[in-house]
Amino acid sequence: MKKRMQIAAMLLAGVLCFCGAAMADGLDAFKGKSGTIEIAGGTAHIPVMKEAAKRIMTANPDIRITVAGGGSGVGIQKVGESLVDIGNSGRPVSEAENAKYGLVSFPFAVDGVATVVAADNPVEELTAEQIRKIFAGEITNWKDVGGKDAAIHLYTRDEASGTRAVYWKKLLKKGAIAPSANVVASNGAMKSAVSRDPDAIGYVSIGHLDKTVKAPKLDGIVVTQETAKDGSYPVVRKLYMNTKGEPSGIVKLFIGYVMGPDCVDAIIDSGYIPTH
Amino acid sequence: MLHAAAAVSCLAVLAVFLFLLRFAAPLFSTEGLAKVMQWRWEPFGGHFGILPMIVGTVCLSISAMVVAAPLSLGIACFVNGMGPKRLARPVLGVVQFMTSIPTVVYGFVAVFLLVPFIRSAFAHGSGFSWLAAALMLSLLILPTMVLVLHSQFSQVEPEVRLTAAALGLSKAQAFVHLVLPLSRRGLLASAILGFGRAVGDTLIPLMLAGNAVKPPESVLDSIRTLTAHIALVVATDSSSGAYHSLFACGMILFLTTVAVNAGLRWVAGGNGRA
Repeated sequence: MKKRMQIAAMLLAGVLCFCGAAMADGLDAFKGKSGTIEIAGGTAHIPVMKEAAKRIMTANPDIRITVAGGGSGVGIQKVGESLVDIGNSGRPVSEAENAKYGLVSFPFAVDGVATVVAADNPVEELTAEQIRKIFAGEITNWKDVGGKDAAIHLYTRDEASGTRAVYWKKLLKKGAIAPSANVVASNGAMKSAVSRDPDAIGYVSIGHLDKTVKAPKLDGIVVTQETAKDGSYPVVRKLYMNTKGEPSGIVKLFIGYVMGPDCVDAIIDSGYIPTH
Repeated sequence: MLHAAAAVSCLAVLAVFLFLLRFAAPLFSTEGLAKVMQWRWEPFGGHFGILPMIVGTVCLSISAMVVAAPLSLGIACFVNGMGPKRLARPVLGVVQFMTSIPTVVYGFVAVFLLVPFIRSAFAHGSGFSWLAAALMLSLLILPTMVLVLHSQFSQVEPEVRLTAAALGLSKAQAFVHLVLPLSRRGLLASAILGFGRAVGDTLIPLMLAGNAVKPPESVLDSIRTLTAHIALVVATDSSSGAYHSLFACGMILFLTTVAVNAGLRWVAGGNGRA
């Protein structure tokens, strides 16, 4: 028993050393620096931001980093009004916003948006044309696309959603979404609504896919981060960090760290594809 | 000290009103008003109609009242002598406890239990519906209404009890002919307070009503209220027309609340007790 404990302790120590060694390099830049960085905006970014912040603050306790949500629009607005240092968005800054605020954008990851249905829905594959007709309200029964005889329940996101923006532009080709569609407020809410409604169809960020929902093939293409990365799955977007003017000081270092080689694992672990 | 507190709260309300007025100002030209007062909400197509949301708010709050008003009246009568005495305190205790349940708990429980039940029981729509939201909303406003009624009945009922008994009235007769007419103000106050809460609640409609921008054709249809609409759109691009149309929603809600409060004051300040 005692011996086993010792081995476990040694293993743990080894793992900790290894982690420490692997992470030390990119964090050197923060040595001797102090100050605070405030981050807000897109909710898809949060896992990556939190992990980067945790590593930096562990290496250098004199730096404080706070990460808040709010959504893409809020992120752009807050950084534009200088209320935060970095405003995240899941869509590019619009021309009107840029004219007003003068922001600099840093895309650090690529995220795909997948069509989802309930896990026990027998439909395995849909064409882009079928999906467009379903969301437009022209196809209203699952039996018309090879499923059972049941009315299709549409779920969509609010207009502020970056996920909706990319899905609407790249898959629905800016087509109409039936006004009878239910509207949910986040990727998480979409997943829980679709997973419990056997007749549902909706869409979530690929990072949110798990076994509670099913992503049918799109025109024969399996929907995964890999197909999104090699470009065969077309419904993808970039995740941006935005600053007001060129960043400086520790904010610049933070952005450099997220865009650098040492944060790649955090981006992949969060379900996204690094741009670098 | 009291004056300062009063002044601060008055100023805060005034500031909110002026802020809303300032930001909603562009909408109150004839052109701006026509833009908002229409049925189509397609922000990317330049249509910012909020009429479906106004209809949604009216439908939901009135239907919640229709369910909650008779229930709260029944409970208030029950705990004020109509029901068995030993049950009065526990029932009142449960109602008081209900006031402390956070809205999000009601919403969360309903998403897991009520919505799937409605979906499978009626085989129409996804379960996220006017009906689901109305039922939970009535549960939410019930304790407020019961407690207002109770405080009124517990004053009136002991006063008329002896007289009623001397006249040979049964308990039920005493309630219908004496207590209820004498409590007219309390009845109105509880209705107004309950209605105010029903109009203003955001989380229940946001989580349960489905938020489709469409006037409902049945209680099983998905609807969107003004409050849920603001919550959904507030994160949008802040220089867009969609964002600015929110101030009209805020204005309508604010004016509704003011109207409800003015109504309450008018009722409470009315002459005499009848």
